[in-house]
Amino acid sequence: MSAMLLPKDKWPEFTGRLAGKNLFAPALQGGIKKFAPVAAGDTVTLDEGNTTVPPKALLFPQTETLFRFAEGEEGMELPAIDEAAVLLGVRPCDARAMAIVDKLFRWDYEDPYYLKRRELATIIGLACSEPGLNCFCTSVGGGPASTEGLDILMVDLGESYLLEGLTDKGQALLDEFKDLLQEAGADALQRKEQLAQEAAAKIKRSVDTAGIPEALPGLWEDPLWQRVSAACLGCGICTYLCPTCHCFDIQDEVEGAAGRRCRMWDSCMYAEYTKHTSGHNPRPTRRERTRNRINHKYSYYVDKFGVIACVGCGRCSNLCPVNIDLIDILRQVKAAP
Amino acid sequence: MKNQGNPYIPHTATIVDTWYETGGERCIKTFKVVFDDPAVRESWSHRPGQCAMIGVLGVGESMISISSSPTEEGYLRFSVMKAGKVTTALHQLEAGDKMTVRGPYGNSFPVEEWKGKKILTIGGGIGQAPLRPIVEYVKANMKDYAGLTMIYGARTSGDLCFKNEFAEAAKCEGVCCHLSIDVAEEGWPHYVGFVPSLLMEVSPSPENTIAITCGPPIMIRFVLENLKKLNFADEQIYTTLENRMKCGIGKCGRCNAGHLYVCKDGPVFSYAQLKNVPEAFA
Repeated sequence: MSAMLLPKDKWPEFTGRLAGKNLFAPALQGGIKKFAPVAAGDTVTLDEGNTTVPPKALLFPQTETLFRFAEGEEGMELPAIDEAAVLLGVRPCDARAMAIVDKLFRWDYEDPYYLKRRELATIIGLACSEPGLNCFCTSVGGGPASTEGLDILMVDLGESYLLEGLTDKGQALLDEFKDLLQEAGADALQRKEQLAQEAAAKIKRSVDTAGIPEALPGLWEDPLWQRVSAACLGCGICTYLCPTCHCFDIQDEVEGAAGRRCRMWDSCMYAEYTKHTSGHNPRPTRRERTRNRINHKYSYYVDKFGVIACVGCGRCSNLCPVNIDLIDILRQVKAAP
Repeated sequence: MKNQGNPYIPHTATIVDTWYETGGERCIKTFKVVFDDPAVRESWSHRPGQCAMIGVLGVGESMISISSSPTEEGYLRFSVMKAGKVTTALHQLEAGDKMTVRGPYGNSFPVEEWKGKKILTIGGGIGQAPLRPIVEYVKANMKDYAGLTMIYGARTSGDLCFKNEFAEAAKCEGVCCHLSIDVAEEGWPHYVGFVPSLLMEVSPSPENTIAITCGPPIMIRFVLENLKKLNFADEQIYTTLENRMKCGIGKCGRCNAGHLYVCKDGPVFSYAQLKNVPEAFA
């Protein structure tokens, strides 16, 4: 694996050539910052701050076809998932989220749709230098220059970008761009460490997560769940735009004699999510649903896969219309008897 | 070993026979189905207690317990209550029609571990469907078990599933049947009252016995209480849970009861496993 430098004057050529590889990068689309396709000639600007829509949307689309069927036809037609893609400017937290969600989609029954896209994607990360208001990645095992889930880590060194190959896939891509890159010296790597430390020091929010997974089961009936969910509108934004949330619904759509079975994002914050056909709902109010959301991320996932299913990206706190704050909930969990 | 292939693609199966177990608005219909693909027929194997996603293309799928025992070879049986969109569509189907099936999913009753023991099933309403494979399995392997007692009840005599099978089973050596209905009916020769009360009336000994219960949540709760009164240990009590499911393979998220995914960690659980999972009986 190599560490290379990309001088900034080569950036247009670098992104221009990447554009031929089915490139996605952060861009404003309809006023929302998300990963969008980059066409040849487009300017790619990696500004501060993360996308509103996490890059999970490219691997696990909001709606996707599982298969198509038609009356009178034997068998089902599978969608083709065969196009390689490059994701440029993925934040380390969102890449860690992919590594965390991988565990679920690989667990026993492999999910062919997600895993195929994951395999076909080369993830180029961008280390953070200016953490957002509610970032707390360092409290949950991440950091501004964390590499988990990435194929290449990119660090802005000012006059150039440092590009570190982290996987065979990432290295292969770097090798293709040799003509634009120079070998990075020890000073560049040192500078990277220094920048990462500076960025980490700028993270304003934190919570000591030690002991939370162990404490949660004992807090099942604690009044805190009523408190923290009282304002909840049940809009589900905290889960839709969470990079580790992976829950989905499956629905059939029919037009004429043909149709498709598709899956779409769903949310544990919705009443219908767990409602039985009989009308009985094991999680009848937002109290139970909020309790499940926090338990799922900070207890059940830890129990099953050994890792907290939260990367501290802060989206749920940033986007909640009634200012329900995950860190506040976690602090209340810590403070509960 | 990992499960190979695309787990979302169902097999097609042809319905070879159907009949109604019960009447009324929420009637229960039994389907006997055979896979269309000979290779699937050959490779399919399930254990008592497992479930399958059955459905109709264009409508959707529901997780339904496989109500036939592996000892009933050549077909699968599902008993389905007409309750929602998918089950209503399934109810339209008759012999010769196709449905989709994928699975089998979940764990199963540890029938091997239970060898040499007395088996006690306690069912209510449609809750007898997941218990039926145990009943059939034990009946087919009676020499391996020390006896089979079935307690089963429904609201009215018309709401009891598998009535003929109970009558047949009662004739077998080592098998005891106790039926109940909630409210008295003319000519009803059996117990009148709720299943948990019938359990106390039968008052089975916990000695060398495994109790398995399935039914409405409220029934399960009182059955568990009464089994404890009868001195059954937590490890001797089993139940099979259900929750809303979409994928059946531990991905879609919704069926968890606490840290347990009903679709993968269950549906079969011992009371010892569940008693500290507050959401299990929610």
